[in-house]
Amino acid sequence: MKLYEIAHSRAGDKGNTLTLSLIPYNESDYSILCSTITAEIVKKHLSAIVSGEIIRYELPNIHSLLFVCQHALLGGVTTSLAIDTHGKTLSYALLEMEI
Amino acid sequence: MAMKQKIRIGCGAGFSGDRLEPAIVLAEKGELDYLILECLAERTIALAQKRKLQDPTKGYDPLLERRIESLLPLLIQNNIRLITNMGAANPIAGAQKILEIAQKQGLSIKVGAVYGDDVFENVSPETLAIETNEPLSKSGELISANAYLGVEGILSALQADAQIIITGRVADPSLFLAPMIHEFSWTTNDYDLMGKGTVIGHLLECAGHITGGYFADPIKKPVENMDKLGHPFADVFEDGSAIISKVEGTGGVVNLQTAKEQLLYEVINPHEYYTPDVIADFTTVYLKEIGEDQIQVTGGTGKAKPPTYKVSVGYKAFYLGEGEIAYAGASALDRAQLAGEIIEKRLKPQFPELRIDYIGSSAIHRTNFGNTSIPYEIRLRVAGKASNSSDAALIGEEVEALYTNGPAGGGGVRKYVTEVIGIVSILLDRKDIQPKVQLFEC
Repeated sequence: MKLYEIAHSRAGDKGNTLTLSLIPYNESDYSILCSTITAEIVKKHLSAIVSGEIIRYELPNIHSLLFVCQHALLGGVTTSLAIDTHGKTLSYALLEMEI
Repeated sequence: MAMKQKIRIGCGAGFSGDRLEPAIVLAEKGELDYLILECLAERTIALAQKRKLQDPTKGYDPLLERRIESLLPLLIQNNIRLITNMGAANPIAGAQKILEIAQKQGLSIKVGAVYGDDVFENVSPETLAIETNEPLSKSGELISANAYLGVEGILSALQADAQIIITGRVADPSLFLAPMIHEFSWTTNDYDLMGKGTVIGHLLECAGHITGGYFADPIKKPVENMDKLGHPFADVFEDGSAIISKVEGTGGVVNLQTAKEQLLYEVINPHEYYTPDVIADFTTVYLKEIGEDQIQVTGGTGKAKPPTYKVSVGYKAFYLGEGEIAYAGASALDRAQLAGEIIEKRLKPQFPELRIDYIGSSAIHRTNFGNTSIPYEIRLRVAGKASNSSDAALIGEEVEALYTNGPAGGGGVRKYVTEVIGIVSILLDRKDIQPKVQLFEC
């Protein structure tokens, strides 16, 4: 099963940093996501995309996780040669993860 | 003036090119006290600065005339105050243009232009950029430097009874926080209230982002009537809580999922969200669905604002040359890859920074996670950096030449040259920056 089945995500950018939220459809799945979707696992999954550090933040009040990924946008929105300079599509790269 | 217990703030644009209609719907039927139009992305001001250099009466948002012409009669009729950063590189010229439109429409209006964000003259090219840790001058020829101002200038304009306030660079949430401070007589060193107001501003600032835009997924997150997507408004209460909703009958949805996605959007550290007004804590926020298309926002806290202003510096980075060609049917991917190899050999010596993408296979995510399904059609895209526009054009020309000098069945070539403006940041001390207001009336 893909992460896509149980959670949704939105990508954001600040310079060369990518942010990816991870939000379970069922709030009761939050604790499972906390224990299984670690920063290390996301770093491995996104190894072709993110070359820098990934920090994970937990937001228990809203049952959501946030991954902040450095060096992820080929230089960032203003000077990247990529098609998707913002990395707006990358939420769906995270949700490709097999769980 | 009796203090209000509740104000309604709508957000009718979340970026410079946003749709015009949702703001009109908000002004017409939203029963708003305030309408905000957020129209400045990171690089928008640098581009506007270039237009201002060519014509000193320009440099404000290119859609300003169209937005104001349709909105102004509604704002006056329904007694709504407008706050917008459509001033971009030239808020004064933007204010004068608004006055000109009002005069043409036979309407009386007071407009406040908030400026002082343009610090280009004060920035030393030797200042180290945060991103590169090198002097700004190393990035390229500098063309603009604008500080992210906070609520101060907007507050002065509100106190002076301006009905329309047009700013240059202001932190997006500050556009929303200012009317809350003004109406509820909040003190700007009550950092918990500043944090709460900033959370509400952040949830609203991308307009359609909280009503189903950048959200809809027909399989997992279906959203109805996207063609008529409404933009949001918030009923903000004097304790800093709010209810976010949208105009009845518009398309889209406001629910827990859209609100959670937007709360975390572009947040680098949810414990410390920096603005010029406060360092807000988003981890203390609670969201609750209290009705159809109604999200209650409570919590949110903050601590003292940072001692510096963030300044975005625009520079001439390079010329981007691009070319695309399509292949379809049997061996489409193989032929596209052959074309890519040919192009690389022909161009790489002159363009060391060259990118070759296979659209339909691995171009967008720069990987396909081992997905080996064979696409029916593929579009080759080549992109490279050049120091001038005629060199950049060579990239598209070489792709175009694949018609007769490349693999079988290549078609649909497009080629582009774009001047690329880069952005880096520095921090400036608060004492070096003075927000200013100029009023215009007719």
